[in-house]
Amino acid sequence: MGTRNHLWLAAKRTLTWYLVGFTISDRYATVVSVTGDSMHPTFTAASSSLRGDVVLAERSCLQKYQFSHGDVVLFKCPSDHRELFVKRLIALPGEWMQLPGTPDIIKIPEGHCWVEGDNAACSWDSRSFGPIPLGLIKGRVTHVIWPPSKIGRVDTKMPENRISPL
Amino acid sequence: MSGLARRLGGIPWREIAGEAFSRVFLVAQAVCAVHVVNAHVCSFALVMGPSMLPAMNLAGDVVAVDRVSARLGRVASGDAVLLVSPEDPRKAVVKRVVGMEGDAVTFLVDPGNSDASKTVVVPKGHVWVQGDNIYASRDSRQFGPVPYGLITGKIFCRNPGLSLYLYLSEPTFFYPFAPEFIEDGMHILRFL
Repeated sequence: MGTRNHLWLAAKRTLTWYLVGFTISDRYATVVSVTGDSMHPTFTAASSSLRGDVVLAERSCLQKYQFSHGDVVLFKCPSDHRELFVKRLIALPGEWMQLPGTPDIIKIPEGHCWVEGDNAACSWDSRSFGPIPLGLIKGRVTHVIWPPSKIGRVDTKMPENRISPL
Repeated sequence: MSGLARRLGGIPWREIAGEAFSRVFLVAQAVCAVHVVNAHVCSFALVMGPSMLPAMNLAGDVVAVDRVSARLGRVASGDAVLLVSPEDPRKAVVKRVVGMEGDAVTFLVDPGNSDASKTVVVPKGHVWVQGDNIYASRDSRQFGPVPYGLITGKIFCRNPGLSLYLYLSEPTFFYPFAPEFIEDGMHILRFL
């Protein structure tokens, strides 16, 4: 009887902490491991999730969907809802933006944004799939927490002369 | 003065703090449980507006939303889904999935005014959503196919309270072997 009681208590405690942790990771901040080389100077290029960077992504920005240029965001891939991508936000809804490598200027539709990887040479981003709905964004990456040599804030930086002041 | 100090010292602050903490933690636990169930298992939503007439009321219907099948990718054409509006991420809308990825969808460009129709192939990972009331709905016909990731739930029951009430009030539920009650029940249901 004693062991059953113990097991029951342990199960209850596990469930409690699972619920609390799940809620915090859903509403406030979550920890994600980043792989791939599309964000190379900012995050390490790694092929396996063990050697990639572990980052902290805040979720409270999803209450109001207020982002600024240069934020690093976490979003669901528009062509596969099971995959999460990390890219840099270049243009916000309603802005005029110059397409990279061409003289064309496009307007970002309402409720959409333009995302690009820092490593333009090998990044699959808005240049291939176009502007993405803001609803796909699942968080904003604020800190790198692993490896220890890179611990610190993720700075927001913007490529120059991309947004037309129209 | 020393009497007051002694009386304050006599109050079991530690026990009170412990009790308060455990109560607060209990409430927090309940809030977390509600959040997890609401966000990942099943929730309710109030749907208003003309775009899903006649399946859903103009004045508002409570619907039960199943979050699991949307996450597991079990949404198929014909399902009514709750999705984040691609035009405003703060808004959730209810539409019906008309085509999945790879399907060719034919739709009227301007229903009611012309017969012009258009056919579109839905790209990979996207769905084509439309309101049931094609005359008063802003949907994929305006903003194109939407990524599957915007779907937050599948609607599996309209007016769950009313359905449960009708199910329970059906006399056969209580008196399975009483034919006269079944007769009465049918009468009532027909009247309803």
